[in-house]
Amino acid sequence: MTFAGLFSQLLQAAIALALAPLLVGWVNQCRAWLQNKRAPSILVPYRTIHKLFAKNAVVADNASPIFRVTPYVVFGAMCCAAAIVPSLATELPFASAADAIALVGLFALARVFAALAAMDIGTSFGSLGARREMFIGFLAEPALLMVLFTASLISGSTSLPTIVDTLAHRELAIYPSLAFAGVAFTMVSLAENARIPIDNPATHLELTMIHEAMLLEYSARHLALLEWAAALKLFNYSCIGLALFLPFGIAEGADWLAMLGAAPVLIVKLAIGGALLALIETLSAKLRIFRAPEFLGTAFLLAVLGMLVNLLLGS
Amino acid sequence: MAPLTAIAVAIAAWLVIGALGLARARSLRAVRVLFPLGAAVAVVVAGVALAALGDAPDMAVLPLGLPDLPFHLRLDALSAFFLVLLGSVAAAISLFSSGYFRAGEGTPPGLICFQYHAFIAAMALVLIADDAYVFMVAWETMALASFFLVMTDHRIPEIRRAGLLYLVIAHVGAIAILLCFGVLQGGRGDYTFDGMRAAVLTGAWPSVAFFLALFGFGAKAGLLPLHIWLPEAHPAAPSPVSALMSGVMLKTAIYGLLRVMFDLLHAQLWWWGAIALALGLTTALFGVIFAAVQSDMKRLLAYSSIENIGIIVAGIGLSVLFKANDKALLAGIALTAVLYHSLNHAVFKSLLFLATGSVLHATRERNLGKLGGLIHRMPWVAWLALVGTLAIAGLPPLNGFVSEWLLLQAFLFTPSLPQSFVNMLVPLAAAALVLAVALAAYVMVKFYGVIFLGRPREPNLAYAHDPGPRERGALTALAAGCVLLGVFPTAVIGAIDHVNGLLLDTSVGAAGQSTWLLLAPMAIGRASYSPLIVLAVIVAVVLITMEVVHRVWHGRVRRAPAWDCGFPLQTARMQDTAEGFGQPIRQVFEPFFRMERHLPSPFDDSPRYRVRATDHLWDWLYLPIVRAADAVGRLAGLIQRGRIAFYLMYSFATLLALLFFVR
Repeated sequence: MTFAGLFSQLLQAAIALALAPLLVGWVNQCRAWLQNKRAPSILVPYRTIHKLFAKNAVVADNASPIFRVTPYVVFGAMCCAAAIVPSLATELPFASAADAIALVGLFALARVFAALAAMDIGTSFGSLGARREMFIGFLAEPALLMVLFTASLISGSTSLPTIVDTLAHRELAIYPSLAFAGVAFTMVSLAENARIPIDNPATHLELTMIHEAMLLEYSARHLALLEWAAALKLFNYSCIGLALFLPFGIAEGADWLAMLGAAPVLIVKLAIGGALLALIETLSAKLRIFRAPEFLGTAFLLAVLGMLVNLLLGS
Repeated sequence: MAPLTAIAVAIAAWLVIGALGLARARSLRAVRVLFPLGAAVAVVVAGVALAALGDAPDMAVLPLGLPDLPFHLRLDALSAFFLVLLGSVAAAISLFSSGYFRAGEGTPPGLICFQYHAFIAAMALVLIADDAYVFMVAWETMALASFFLVMTDHRIPEIRRAGLLYLVIAHVGAIAILLCFGVLQGGRGDYTFDGMRAAVLTGAWPSVAFFLALFGFGAKAGLLPLHIWLPEAHPAAPSPVSALMSGVMLKTAIYGLLRVMFDLLHAQLWWWGAIALALGLTTALFGVIFAAVQSDMKRLLAYSSIENIGIIVAGIGLSVLFKANDKALLAGIALTAVLYHSLNHAVFKSLLFLATGSVLHATRERNLGKLGGLIHRMPWVAWLALVGTLAIAGLPPLNGFVSEWLLLQAFLFTPSLPQSFVNMLVPLAAAALVLAVALAAYVMVKFYGVIFLGRPREPNLAYAHDPGPRERGALTALAAGCVLLGVFPTAVIGAIDHVNGLLLDTSVGAAGQSTWLLLAPMAIGRASYSPLIVLAVIVAVVLITMEVVHRVWHGRVRRAPAWDCGFPLQTARMQDTAEGFGQPIRQVFEPFFRMERHLPSPFDDSPRYRVRATDHLWDWLYLPIVRAADAVGRLAGLIQRGRIAFYLMYSFATLLALLFFVR
């Protein structure tokens, strides 16, 4: 591990940390435009986070240390993932610390901590949110694994840098299996990131909330960290999707100048992706919670189809 | 002293310790000394076995037993690995037991001490047995000792029923194992394992032996459909016994399965692997789905054990599939995952069972619906149980994740198999595995959240308190095991590799590019995982974020009542119950359950909601068998006339028949 490598590593994590709220702001802006509303400033997420950090934290009387440590753990897991996902460059020193499967595990760690913290206070909404989040989680994970499986069949590897290298730099071929897997991945990402049609990030109706219900008791810096972590999760999922399906423009190697060159490409791709996300959210309605198995089952079947296409056609 | 001799002496030492306990049956003070002694012996066993992992197989013949049947013993890498598992876990459980058992509850403590040590000694003897005779003697001793331990509180009718069920299934399994050895000796009459290795089985006989082994060891391990005793026996037994049974005894069945399939049988057929894989995954899914709807904490853990055994057997199946297709390295990765997961399961399941034991002692309550908020009253147990919970939920950087990751890696390389159908179905099997693991996370959030978090659901929970130093020490050791096994996978795999070398003649550690920091079973470019980096990064980010937030902004905290969207009248009963937490699972997997639901009417003054989700298999499989046995028994009763003339006539008829046949 060289000093330059470490610097590139920190640079990528820092860019991810900085860009993540911007992505959320952009999605909110696009959604407002599509819904004929006056859009909020793209910088609103930053202001929210700053405002929340400045406030006094209110913690419930019977909160245990788990409640207070969870925002940090969730944030830490997301930062760790942001360092590992090849968003700007492939040969970073920490990239081999976790392959795609281990990344899924890292996200699961954050989810379990969030669910435990939601149950910690012992309110009805908190445990309801925890239960639903875990419910969506176990439905999404098999579909996600099938997507990763399909993507890894082409390069014979579950390591994201290798997948990126194979698809972007070695050979130019069109893989029909990736089309199915891409759709499936989009569906899973919607569910995992608490977006419509599974969850509504803008809702204020307690009974329909999933992710937000888990955060109900949080305030101030704890809430700020969790909001930031949620933005980072969206950013990470987008970058995993880009690495699996559109890996063009990611710098090969760990040269920080090449990384700065890759940053505009990433921003353009994320801008288009964010606009598409806003479009999906505008066009669909939120599903009842017990329709979620059908939605994620569809994602699973699409991913299986992609894998069968790959095995049968060999491409 | 040779390692095998040392192990044999340790087994004898356990028996002596047990006998000393028997001599002072009513004395609690004796037990407080004897259990730590047993723990010390267990540590020695683990150490000796760990040192002997890399040695060549060592054999011995003891002049015990029947005149013509001496005891053959053998210590090779497979035995040694499982002895390490037995020794390390049993040491912690013994330490816990020394503070756990009390006088005046069911069986006297000295008698428990005897049964407990006989149980451990029998398990160790199973692992070093080298002929069918010693194996069966040890196997039956193990079954009987554990039966008596399950029956500790024998005055309660349900516990007697659970014990009987356990005994019946254990013996059905033992018969299958005996028959399996009968097939394996191949008509030569040599029942030593060496003789079985030399025997040549032809035609369908290897498959018969495989199915008998799968049935016999499956009954002990809790494979579907013979799992039925586990959720009955584990809640009935005292917690250290549950921990020992779930953590170690189930693994002796895995040991037996591995011994027969990879050592005693010469060649493996690929479809054995497919069957074991399918059966294992069905068991895993079944176990975890049922675990999600339980409201008794020990029953929940018992179903979770069924799930983990399913994962282990699925891994064995995958390994056989690869081995039969001459892909030794992939078979090695799958086998490594199997052994690793066995070890992991032993550690975290013991930890959780012991934690439930502490909760049970502190609250006298097994029902999740009457617990809650114990993290404030029992912080030691709660924090250590959190480690076990995260580990069993398969989360990085703890140990459960490593073995599941390895198994998934093995799954990902199946497309190289020649059987094209299997190629397409096995990825689906991987998805089933992931579903089971993700559901396990759901189950463990329920387990931990309902017991330790939230608000106490009953007023008397306010008197709960942490257990004594011995129990805390044992729990801490097991939790440390979860962390170390998770963070240093390369060292563990290096130890497991000796077994790979013995059974598959391959080495996973040498083939990959693993370093002490990075686990890479194939090549770093293919798949890699470094729990230590992940842990270090997360811890570093947590600490830096805390520091930065407190410096740049502030660290002020105000305590206030919970908000809950402004709802004013909150009681502890408004939290999710165990039933509530399991409700989505009940709804999604409804066909799996036989449900009895009693919904109160809206006008009921004192509404009671009751739901019972039971197993279809009990009705579909077990009750018909019970009825058939009953009917056969009644038919047999017909010949019982109670008059001597009839019995003389029966004897006469038998003699005639024998004369006719034998002549």
